Amino acid sequence: MKVLMLDPVKCTGCRACMDACSFQKTGVFNPFDSRIKIFTFLEDLTFIPTVCTQCEKPYCAEVCPTAALVKNPETGIVEFIKDKCIGCKQCVVACPWGSIKMDHSGKEIIKCDNCFGDPACTKVCKPEAITYVEVEDVVSFKQRGVAQAYREIGKEMAKGVNP
Amino acid sequence: MIKGGYQGKILRVNLTEHEVKEEELREDWAKKFIGGRGYGTRIIYDEVDPKVDPLSPENKVVIATGPLDGTTAPSSGRVMVITKGPLTGTIACSNAGGYFGPMLKRAGFDMIILEGKSKEPVYLWINKGKVEIRDAKHLWGKLVDESDRLMREETHPEAETMEIGPAGEKESLLANVMFNGHRASGRTGVGAVVGSKNLKGIVVRGNLSIKAGDPDKFAEAVKVTREILAQNPVAGGGLPMYGTAVLVNIINSVGSFPTRNAQDSYFPEAEKISGETLRARNLVRNEGCSDCPIACGRVTEIKEGKYKGEHGGGPEYESVWSFGAMCGISDLDAVLMANYLCDRYGIDTISAGSTVACAMELYEKGYMPAKDAPFPLTFGSSDALVESIRAMGEQKDEFGKLLSQGSYRLGEHYGHPELSMSVKKQEFPAYDPRGIKGMGLQYATSNRGGCHVRGYMTAVEVLSPGLDRLAYEGKAAPNKFLQDLTAALDSSGICLFTTFGLQAKDLAQLYSSVTGVDCDEAEYLKIGERIWNMERLFNLKAGFSRKDDTLPSRILNEPIKSGPSKGEIEELDKMLDEYYSLRGWDKNGVPTKNKLKELDIEDLL
Repeated sequence: MKVLMLDPVKCTGCRACMDACSFQKTGVFNPFDSRIKIFTFLEDLTFIPTVCTQCEKPYCAEVCPTAALVKNPETGIVEFIKDKCIGCKQCVVACPWGSIKMDHSGKEIIKCDNCFGDPACTKVCKPEAITYVEVEDVVSFKQRGVAQAYREIGKEMAKGVNP
Repeated sequence: MIKGGYQGKILRVNLTEHEVKEEELREDWAKKFIGGRGYGTRIIYDEVDPKVDPLSPENKVVIATGPLDGTTAPSSGRVMVITKGPLTGTIACSNAGGYFGPMLKRAGFDMIILEGKSKEPVYLWINKGKVEIRDAKHLWGKLVDESDRLMREETHPEAETMEIGPAGEKESLLANVMFNGHRASGRTGVGAVVGSKNLKGIVVRGNLSIKAGDPDKFAEAVKVTREILAQNPVAGGGLPMYGTAVLVNIINSVGSFPTRNAQDSYFPEAEKISGETLRARNLVRNEGCSDCPIACGRVTEIKEGKYKGEHGGGPEYESVWSFGAMCGISDLDAVLMANYLCDRYGIDTISAGSTVACAMELYEKGYMPAKDAPFPLTFGSSDALVESIRAMGEQKDEFGKLLSQGSYRLGEHYGHPELSMSVKKQEFPAYDPRGIKGMGLQYATSNRGGCHVRGYMTAVEVLSPGLDRLAYEGKAAPNKFLQDLTAALDSSGICLFTTFGLQAKDLAQLYSSVTGVDCDEAEYLKIGERIWNMERLFNLKAGFSRKDDTLPSRILNEPIKSGPSKGEIEELDKMLDEYYSLRGWDKNGVPTKNKLKELDIEDLL
């Protein structure tokens, strides 16, 4: 099972992912219709990507009165079935992350579906702040980064410890 | 028929009457001049007398985007400020990154025309097509980053801003227009024009969509161009890794790095201010402007010494050079501090550093009496640099006021304008024409005075092998080509740095697919040539002529003293006639009737 992995440290704040997402979903460019969002903190020039993380216990689906949101156990995606949606916006209220939202018209619910396995956002992310990886690799990649930093110290410390 | 890329509306704001109105984008002009720099210049050409005092209410300012702004086209978020420039007196277009351009289009406008002069300081709040002219008395005097923050607090935290700092308010000829509190339309003093209109800034927000005329072709063109840039060793390697300051060692190693006000052109201590050193000592992260895969922007912090804890964006290569080698300074922290201060006051870093360098030479040679200098202005003095920038930004004394007018007026004041390293009174940037001959031709013929981003000859003379940098032959043609190409891409809303990897055909493909207007490489270059000739016509009407297409006498007559270009001078005349003739201009640099007919702009005569 693959997930979108976000790395705020690598994000350069270019927001191309937002334009790519809206183009993929609507055929036009509009960051208000993007499922992914980059927050820019200009005071210290920090950039934080946020996107639906496809919760294991999706509150959005739990509060939905028409079962328009369903967790697919196979893909892990919390799927949105547009035809069933009545626009009550309870999912928007329930999501702790603000990852399910209204589109630019303020009328339609939109949420990330990982482009069903081929996410558009990752294709324009040159610094690889957004990647699409196997779920078990997410933590492993992070640990590898830390381990790399520890590598030289580890080599140094091992001298005289091991025979 | 134009099918995409534009929003189709221009906002006109009369600051005298506090009136706003919406106008339709003219399709015929969009096809002939694209948008941004080209279309904006066409408006100025139509509405502003070339002889007007740039700081009078009769001058106008166009804030313009191009059809690629707000799309996934690589590095496509440029915004341009077009006006008659007060530093040079020429047509001026100064270009910035950040996020303002795309947001302006989402608010429904391709451009804003600013005219007249408000009685009191104001700012504009453009929210989803609704325009308010708001009081800005409480913002007048505030630094750039503070102004950005306060305007967003008063409107919307995620709005995008344009603002001027104290330098623009006080009509410094080096004042820039800033975007998002840290990106600069730096050159030609455009900030002074905005300041002269009592306009502190513009805040913009909107949620409209931007569409591509031919979505499938556009998606393909985006994929292809992003792939080319990712593979390119400069756009996908050197620039993201070290920022534009990667050039410090490269340009110094060919002895074309003007040092101590260009008294020399090789700086032995260059390594201390290089992009590599900047990365190791001060880099916090990379920053990418809207939709930019290159992300050459530096977010930096000073980690030790008396400026410890200061942070901000940059510096760029040009700034490292102007504050560094040009002032004989190898103290990178002082360079960073000077750069941050310029961003806060809203001052152009290239002109600022070069002006301090000019002051240092005037002082050392005794042309500027010691009593006029508030501190010893010696080359190599970090404190002199930083305090000069402060003085320039605040203009509290005569010294600061003089510096704020740039090196030419400073030199003139002390009877030595020849010590200003400028062309048409604008300080030239970090490439010495004596060691890169084509750059001299480019500076001399640039339509906005000394400038590297009108036709970046360094790309073909130094960065990619091909042309002999010391030869005069064969420089006119690539200069013309790059000038035309840059005019077209500036008008499209895309960043010049894409041309490290992209060719004219790639850019034409992006432009053509986003607008749905048929355009191949030849047509794209022709549009660029049309814009170039229009700018030239404006300058001729403003009173410029062949005699102004020249370089400082130091560059033409004083051989470089040391380094790899030792002994070199620039013999501009060996290239200028050929250039005029290739352009289809007469010996005086005036476009011929035939040329204007060919470009379909006879109506501009």
